[in-house]
Amino acid sequence: MNDFATLYAALDETTKTTVKVDAMVSYFKRVSPQDAAWAVYFLIGRKPRQVIPTAKLRAWAASLSGVSDWLFEESYHAVGDLAETIALLLPEPSMSSDVPLSVWVEERLLPLREASEEVQRGAMEAAWAEMNSGQRFVWNKLITGAFRVGVSQQLVTRALAKVGGLDAATVAHRLMGEWEPTPHFFERLTSLEGGDAAVSRLYPFYLAHPIEADPSTLGPRSDWQVEWKWDGIRSQLIRRQGQTFLWSRGEELVTERYPEIDEVARYLPDGTVIDAEILPWLGGQVQPFAQLQRRIGRKTVSKAILNEVPVVLMAYDLLEHEGKDFREMPIEVRRARLEEVLKGTGWDGRIMASPILIETSWDALAEVRTESRERGVEGMMLKRLGSPYRVGRVRGDWWKWKISPLSVDAVLIAAQRGSGKRASLYTDYTFGVWSGDGLVTIAKAYSGLTDEEIRKVDHFIRTNTLDKFGPVRTVKPELVFEIAFEGIQRSTRHKSGVAVRFPRIARQRTDKVASEADTLESLQALLLRDSGSD
Amino acid sequence: MADPLLQVTDLGLYCAAGDFFVDPWRRVPRAVVTHAHSDHACWGCDRYLTSTAGAGVLQLRMGADATIDTLAKGKSLNLNGVSVSFHPAGHILGSSQVRVEHRGEVWVVSGDYKVEPDPTCDPFEPVPCHTFISESTFGLPIYRWDAETVVFGQINDWWRANRDQGKASMLYGYSLGKAQRLIAGIDPTIGPIYTHGAVEPMNRVYREAGVNLPPTTYASSLPKSTDFAGAMVVAPPSANGSPWARKFGPSSDGFASGWMRIRGPRRRRSVDRGFVLSDHADWPGLISTVKATGATRVLLTHGYTAVLARWLREQGLDASTLATKYEGERDDASEGLTTDETAP
Ligand SMILES: [Zn+2]
Ligand SMILES: [Zn+2]
Repeated sequence: MNDFATLYAALDETTKTTVKVDAMVSYFKRVSPQDAAWAVYFLIGRKPRQVIPTAKLRAWAASLSGVSDWLFEESYHAVGDLAETIALLLPEPSMSSDVPLSVWVEERLLPLREASEEVQRGAMEAAWAEMNSGQRFVWNKLITGAFRVGVSQQLVTRALAKVGGLDAATVAHRLMGEWEPTPHFFERLTSLEGGDAAVSRLYPFYLAHPIEADPSTLGPRSDWQVEWKWDGIRSQLIRRQGQTFLWSRGEELVTERYPEIDEVARYLPDGTVIDAEILPWLGGQVQPFAQLQRRIGRKTVSKAILNEVPVVLMAYDLLEHEGKDFREMPIEVRRARLEEVLKGTGWDGRIMASPILIETSWDALAEVRTESRERGVEGMMLKRLGSPYRVGRVRGDWWKWKISPLSVDAVLIAAQRGSGKRASLYTDYTFGVWSGDGLVTIAKAYSGLTDEEIRKVDHFIRTNTLDKFGPVRTVKPELVFEIAFEGIQRSTRHKSGVAVRFPRIARQRTDKVASEADTLESLQALLLRDSGSD
Repeated sequence: MADPLLQVTDLGLYCAAGDFFVDPWRRVPRAVVTHAHSDHACWGCDRYLTSTAGAGVLQLRMGADATIDTLAKGKSLNLNGVSVSFHPAGHILGSSQVRVEHRGEVWVVSGDYKVEPDPTCDPFEPVPCHTFISESTFGLPIYRWDAETVVFGQINDWWRANRDQGKASMLYGYSLGKAQRLIAGIDPTIGPIYTHGAVEPMNRVYREAGVNLPPTTYASSLPKSTDFAGAMVVAPPSANGSPWARKFGPSSDGFASGWMRIRGPRRRRSVDRGFVLSDHADWPGLISTVKATGATRVLLTHGYTAVLARWLREQGLDASTLATKYEGERDDASEGLTTDETAP
């Protein structure tokens, strides 16, 4: 645990990716495969569910520290994180120990879930007594199911590749799918012999970058394959050894949630993997993403919802063909085979190849791109002919040419402190637009400003607070921001009657005063535009 | 009821009976100064009175023309019938608590202080008094310092690891006090020590006052071709990210401050390492000091004043916050920066 806490601190403190990778490499080499497996598990963002409610931890820690309620509250306020506050307030440890991470997790953490409150408390107190503040912090985060660390899966992958002397794509591939953090798993993960490709294993997704410049800067139109950019759930459909696996990009196995796709996937030949998008589809038309949200997260699907929101699989690419990794083939070859595979009947229109646009010039494409919103797409995808299917976010071969999002000028009306790095700054904002004489909340957003801007807004919030409710401060309605969002829909849950999707701060409108912000009526007008014939 | 012996006015903490100010924040005729940090020593006063040990740094900060009277620690001086004396505060070289006595009533102004040992200054001495004006920069129980030796062990390990990778170690800390404490505490056998232009003049004054610092070289005096791999470079926080800091080639950076105890400020600093080393008292240090003075009334300045005041009241003391200008908004937004950094 000591090693892992030290690794955590190293990853947490530095912003240099090479330092992070080096820290992980040295950790993986130093510890047992069993510890390393758990470390990989946690570093890539998997975590056990919360074992003990935070309120209990807080009470036990306060009593152990001899700190009264108000003083604990003041401390928490200054720190901004409960696990850390507890770690700092507890008395110095009475002993030090070096129990390995895997033992902490397997023998001490996991069994606690079933234990009685008394046993839990005793175990926590015993654990705290042998940990320094760095270890306590990590332990508390694991116990509360809130462990997070500042490394991307890509960096973890890079470190593991370095440990095993492998290329990153191989490791990324091995990390996908279902696995248990066992020593055996870790050894296979980093071994040179390519362990048996599990039947459900998916390929890492290739992700496109947004193109900011005019696409004509990419060279001749004839070098590019152009498709619509569909707005659904990016996914991978796998058919191997007579079994079907549908994975979402979040690496969640969602086969049972979309039975209409599962039913027809059996017609795919064994050894086929398709990169695709799950889309809500009715009457030959894509439906707003909001419709799909009614299906996401539902594990059991009723007949009614199947009728209301049927889905299709819009196929983009063929990653495995006749059991062979097909990703190194040029895109035009993969596409041709994809069409062949999907040619037969029996699909019932539930799996289709994403249409390729035929406009022969960038200008002509720009012209049809203006119809994106009516067509229910987000713009276009540009894919370089001749290119392989790459891993991750490698720039250059795939670009997303998105239509500009919708936006509204709204007034800052409330704020809350951020978390983690920004726990002491007000970074989570609530915005409103005018409805009659009052402002009605339309969005919460917490991204899009620079550190400098955040600091200024933070200062404004502190000096213009009207009221405090718990962690929330309402502020004088004065600052105007342009809020961009991806979509808008009617909502009965919101007082405003509308809900915006993916709101973010585009910029501060220092040129506007609050009275010049948008009205709810103007937002409702966007609603019509966005959903077409509602 | 008579005026309190010391009271806050627009100009600073004023002793009417003795007609002098303690650490005023505007120019006044007579300033009794605890130490040379800019929130305690204001420029342009007619006369300063400070401890003998602190005169050198104060002169450097206030300019060669400033009139500075000195008083050895423990000795007292009569100012218009008020007895004034200086007692070590353990904060930086020459930093003192100011003891003021009038008609049997004793007040002590702590200035900034810490209770742990520091090789660059005299150790803190608690002074019995009736009213204690204490700082409370770190007045929350989350602030607890490890022993200095532990922290210097961490710094030396970091320096050694950087050296072995051919990197320079950029260590940031306030130019007056923290920088010298760092230089005195690190292990000079690991490599050469270079300094920033705001640090080196302070080193000189420290050495003149008899503080034992290992040899240091003013970095900007060296030719451009100098190889800094393996070196330690001590600089004020303001130099972090500046073009000046880039000339040292591949490097790792660290910041030494009590604020580094908390993850948020540590991450906002965006340095590779945060070392928890402070020249202010931690929570146990504040509590034990208040107790040791035997004061029945405690007035608090700097930082978490309200928290410490409330806690002391719960212990049965008469404690409250004293509205001073010894700080800006001491929220973490200010990142624990004091204004005692001079430009490079
Ligand atoms: Zn000071
Ligand atoms: Zn101060």
